Amino acid sequence: MNSKKLIVSTSPHIKTSETIQKIVYWVIVALMPLTLMSIYLYGLSAAKVIVLSILSAVITEVLVQKIRRLPITIYDGTAILTGLLLALTLPPEIPWWLPVIGGFIAITLGKQLFGGFGYNVFNPALVARATLLLSWTAPMASAGWSSPLGKLDGVSGATPLALMKQAQAGNASFTPHLYIKPLFLANTGGCIGEVSALLILVGAGILFWRKIISWHIPFSYIGTVVLFSLIFKMDVTFNLLAGGLLLGAFFMATDYVTAPVIGKAKLIYGFGCGFMTILLRHYSGCPEGVTYSILFMNACTPLLDRYIQPRVYGKVK
Amino acid sequence: MAVKVFPRGLYVPENKEKTSKKATEVASVPEEVVIHLWQHTGAPCNPLVQVGERVLVGQKIGDTDAFCSAPVHSSVSGEVIAIEPRLHFTGNQVLSVIIKSDGKQEEVKHKPVEGELTPEKIRAAVREAGLVGLGGAAFPTHVKLSPPKEKTIDTIIINGSECEPFITCDERNMLERTEELVDGCKLIMQVIGVKKAYIGIEMNKLEAIEQVEKAVSDEKDIKVVRLDTKYPQGAEKHLIKTVLDKEVPSGGLPMDVGVIVQNVGTTIAISEAIRKGKPLYERCLTVSGSGVKNPKNLRVKIGTPIGHLIEECGGFQGEPAKIVMGGPMTGHAQFSLDVPVVKGTSGIIVFTKEEVKVSNPRPCFRCGQCIKACPIFLMPNFIGTYIEAELIDKVEALSVMDCIECGLCAYICPAERPLIQLIKYAKGKILNKKKQG
Repeated sequence: MNSKKLIVSTSPHIKTSETIQKIVYWVIVALMPLTLMSIYLYGLSAAKVIVLSILSAVITEVLVQKIRRLPITIYDGTAILTGLLLALTLPPEIPWWLPVIGGFIAITLGKQLFGGFGYNVFNPALVARATLLLSWTAPMASAGWSSPLGKLDGVSGATPLALMKQAQAGNASFTPHLYIKPLFLANTGGCIGEVSALLILVGAGILFWRKIISWHIPFSYIGTVVLFSLIFKMDVTFNLLAGGLLLGAFFMATDYVTAPVIGKAKLIYGFGCGFMTILLRHYSGCPEGVTYSILFMNACTPLLDRYIQPRVYGKVK
Repeated sequence: MAVKVFPRGLYVPENKEKTSKKATEVASVPEEVVIHLWQHTGAPCNPLVQVGERVLVGQKIGDTDAFCSAPVHSSVSGEVIAIEPRLHFTGNQVLSVIIKSDGKQEEVKHKPVEGELTPEKIRAAVREAGLVGLGGAAFPTHVKLSPPKEKTIDTIIINGSECEPFITCDERNMLERTEELVDGCKLIMQVIGVKKAYIGIEMNKLEAIEQVEKAVSDEKDIKVVRLDTKYPQGAEKHLIKTVLDKEVPSGGLPMDVGVIVQNVGTTIAISEAIRKGKPLYERCLTVSGSGVKNPKNLRVKIGTPIGHLIEECGGFQGEPAKIVMGGPMTGHAQFSLDVPVVKGTSGIIVFTKEEVKVSNPRPCFRCGQCIKACPIFLMPNFIGTYIEAELIDKVEALSVMDCIECGLCAYICPAERPLIQLIKYAKGKILNKKKQG
């Protein structure tokens, strides 16, 4: 036999079939119940935002990789996921160019400027959402916060969290527990991805089942929100279900690239996210705190990585 | 009985069913054997024979005065046709004695060790027989049996874990040569002067466990420990952790926690060397993988080219793409079918074209699976990324030198990163730096 044909490489010579693509596509699958429900409830307006956001993210990724003369890697699904996650954090009835700009910002400012996949410090979708919130505050806050297509009962106009803020300022009356059932079962206004807590939990179930995320970050994030809701005497269930908390805790804060890797560090990171969320919701001028709290903790990730390391076998601490 | 387990590691597909039930067959003697004068950890041997000389089976053909070394013996009877460098399984060229077999297999008359078996006599006989660890690292056995005086050894562990996928030769050894195994274990206890020995066997070898348990039922000092079938259970450090719940200190040896570990095959070879005076010129190994027509456990003459053994198993099946010497997690991929079996060869695994993926590494995306798998509790993800950036000092601080190269990080990595390759590179750099002072 011609031995030149033999492949020679370092051990190990076997490998699991696990790949980046598989993980990313499973996350996308986990988001599908929520995505489909939002399209069902909000109709074309949500579908338009989702499609535009994904297309913009994917096309931007191709363009940047072409310009940087890098291999095109959109097959791995990461740009699609970023686009989808961004869309889920946007209101359904916004001008068409907002998701387009959002997708572009997510991929350029959020990801490729740091060196691309694996190197970004901040969650790309949240970088884009924060940029849109700050740059186009009016359309982001008002244009689409109506209840979807009359399929929902009760609420319209401001989101529950915005109402809560107004009530704090003495401008409106607000009874949080009226909102709990609609928040849980797909019946309230808000961002596309805030349409149903139940379906976010279904997606989270898929992530746990595929062992894509561990319990650490969602547990400590949500646990901290519960704890401080009690301390600040806020309505616990409302605080959990309103806004982007669940989507953030299961799908955003758990993003591998921007979260710590060690269990203990993940617990601290989750605590930080929860604490910041409550602080922002309770004391800041903005109605929602999930986006900024996760971005803030993203910035702490390198520190946590550096100072929390496992004890090496055979080494005394 | 309780099954013991160590933290982290992974359940890797075992792939042992192809050969685990097949009794060991004796492989035919090849026309020519290539016996490396360096088959072990330590100093290479000098040839003791000349080209043209006739040698017998078991005749010593290479030796040295160095303490950390082991002599080599001829595995065939025949004529020495060359003494020259030949390809070693690591890819190096190593001085070797090439012997053309005359097919008669005439043996040197072996003599058992006579008189009272003192530790000195046992050690000397073990060295003379050229024994090295047969699990893969090929560390000279007599050195392991000579711990420095300041180390108190209180426990012997016989390693029957055989955690590498595909390999089943130790399982067969335990089933087919149980008595010699127990005898070898007692001899080791006698040399070191310890009262306690454990034989650790993974649960996927239940038949062997039961048989060895039966064989030691009268020995109150030897206990069989049932081990969870988890990779890398067979690594010394993990065997000690599982059996005794002790950790070998970083940079240290098992003797630092009072333990000596010997592989099953080595233990049997010790019994043979003492009771029969038989030198180590053959060993059992497993030829397996989907690229081999008829996978087998074989008793093989040291120096047999691997191509001969694949023929012995019916030849290739499909198109072979990769031939691994040793197990698939830690073994070495081979360039050539002419590479000979050495004392440390536990298996030859042939993978077909369909099975061998050429990997397409991506940047680390910090999924953390390597951290969850690493049995040494390292962070291979950061280590790999830092090495790519040539930040060797940082990697040293992350304890890269403690890595046992079990292969799990690269095995599990969804980004297909060549982590073991990077780690080996960094270790080389760090060692070089230390050498230069």
